[in-house]
Amino acid sequence: MSRVTRFAARDPGPAARVAGFIAHLRGNGLRLGVGETETALAALTHITACDADETRRALKSVCAGNAEESARFDDLFDSYWLNAGRVRERSAPDRHKNADHSRNTRAAIGESSSARGQIHAPDDGAGAANGDGTGQLIASRSTSLMQHDMRKLVSPQDIAQAESIARRLAQAIADRRSRRRRAARRGDRLHFRRLIRQSLSTGGEPLRLPRKRRPDRTARITALCDVSGSMTIYARIFLAFLAGLIRADDATEAWLFQTRLVHISDALRDPDPLRALNRLTLLAEGFGGGSKIGASLDRFVRGPARQSVNSRSVVLILSDGYDTDPPEILADALVRLHRRGCRIVWLNPLKGWKDYAPITAAMAAALPHLDLFAAATTLADLAALAPELEHL
Amino acid sequence: MQGWRDLQRGMAEHGYIAGDDLAMALHIALSLERPLLLEGAAGVGKTEVARVLAALKSARLIRLQCYEGLDAAQAIYEWNYPRQLLAIRAAAEGGETGPGVEARIFSDEYLLERPLLQAIRQTEPPVLLIDEIDRADEEFEAYLLEILSDFQISIPELGTITATTRPMVILTANGTRDLSDALRRRCIYAHVDYPERDAELAILHARAAQIETQLARQIIAFVQALRREDLEKTPGIAETLDFAAALAGLGINDLTDDPTALQAALATLLKTQTDRANITTEVAQRLAGRAA
Repeated sequence: MSRVTRFAARDPGPAARVAGFIAHLRGNGLRLGVGETETALAALTHITACDADETRRALKSVCAGNAEESARFDDLFDSYWLNAGRVRERSAPDRHKNADHSRNTRAAIGESSSARGQIHAPDDGAGAANGDGTGQLIASRSTSLMQHDMRKLVSPQDIAQAESIARRLAQAIADRRSRRRRAARRGDRLHFRRLIRQSLSTGGEPLRLPRKRRPDRTARITALCDVSGSMTIYARIFLAFLAGLIRADDATEAWLFQTRLVHISDALRDPDPLRALNRLTLLAEGFGGGSKIGASLDRFVRGPARQSVNSRSVVLILSDGYDTDPPEILADALVRLHRRGCRIVWLNPLKGWKDYAPITAAMAAALPHLDLFAAATTLADLAALAPELEHL
Repeated sequence: MQGWRDLQRGMAEHGYIAGDDLAMALHIALSLERPLLLEGAAGVGKTEVARVLAALKSARLIRLQCYEGLDAAQAIYEWNYPRQLLAIRAAAEGGETGPGVEARIFSDEYLLERPLLQAIRQTEPPVLLIDEIDRADEEFEAYLLEILSDFQISIPELGTITATTRPMVILTANGTRDLSDALRRRCIYAHVDYPERDAELAILHARAAQIETQLARQIIAFVQALRREDLEKTPGIAETLDFAAALAGLGINDLTDDPTALQAALATLLKTQTDRANITTEVAQRLAGRAA
């Protein structure tokens, strides 16, 4: 049996230690609040708190919230409470230390959200055109620092055209029937609650027959666009399409990714299309490099997807499927995404090619988890998708 | 304080072999009066926990089976509309009018209690089982949160009904979709896994005592080996019990004796066409041979 952690003598006591433990869990990515600390302390009063095994089980039932956390819990517990007799200086870690600790989980989420619509550098209007154009081959780093000027890629006319297509697509997706019923003038069933109420005013004679039916629920579209080097030639089409999609519906969200994940909905919603492109250019700094589809999707699923993806969502992934990550990461991320109840549509520009087969490891791994896998190279291709999306 | 050991023992007496984690989670949930969320694959005995708990506490079991489109009228309460209509007609014939009729038709007598309302109006604390919560849609989950946090329901015509006793709430989920963090936060959580060999043997012994020790051992080894195969639907404990019952029914005393009978009994374990095709007679015999 491993030895229990010794706490520093000036440590304030058991309650603070439990609070410190919760902070330790929080630092490791478990989402716990003050309420959990209270519950944990209350739970400890109902067991033999001196028994490490009992304490472990009790705290596990309070703190773990899903199967994955439940599996990780034992190690986290050991590292805090059974630290082989080492002295733990302060049970409640100070703020600075905590922030450092959580780099891989929370900070990463913060990183993508802090990028929201912020301008990092003034736009000199030159962008990629500053290159000398001698066509030298240089070793490519995973994150290219070259700056693409989105205005060269997308024109306001493109956006206008894409907007009408996107609107049509959004409409095709949006028509989902709910299983619940709402009052409606022409419905398939009687609305009894209302009928009784109204009949009271006519002396119990149900003169008017209010009805209810299943209302149409709008589906939310969430688009994820790959802007890695291999996708640059399609960026023009896809960015215009995204811009159109975003501007067609307020509930639509869009992200760009290659090695990072950047939220672009706010930038694209700018009422002036040109200024929207300017903002997008600034956000897309460093794009055009290698792609980490798996890692980006994984970050998306763990972070923003929690708020923006639910069972009424359709997630559009625009990517060619050339991933530098192991395919398992991608497959795993897609499984998690699917578990949120959404439908996943992958639009691959390469699929339009003759003899294309999804044989890249990433694409092959992703295929079983997709609801629709379609080609999309031009705006016309995208427009042709409407009927397929209707049957999704 | 050994409350959770007692609970574990009590459940064992009622034929449920609970793991330490599960027994502790249940103990904490009962002591803190919090709902318990059980997650795990289908057929590992999540629903059974509620049934055994009800038997153990001699409490009433109220079950709410969730499904997509489940709404307040199905889960909480509904007025008995046909009866109300009849009452209005009868009152009109009798010359009764106005507020009197209204007060009468919106009284308890005309209220149809659905599981949630039923649960909070019991005099003795019942066990409320909210089964497969992940099948219900998110609106319902939000509504449920409200009820689970303060155990009161407001009915516009009657006023707010506050719980006389706190029901013991057990929610089960098997991952049709992710549950909201808010719901998870409210609950004590336990993940129910496929049992270890010894635990499963104990379960089989508790549930089907007539099976001989030798055969029981074989059955468990066979099922455990089968779980390690690449299957679409891994058999749960419920399936193991069915399998044991089927073998007993076929009069088999040793798994390796009769390949055709074993293959027939596999119908209780393998529930998809692909799984049936994958576990051929040879594979089954190999697994059974190793188990023996």
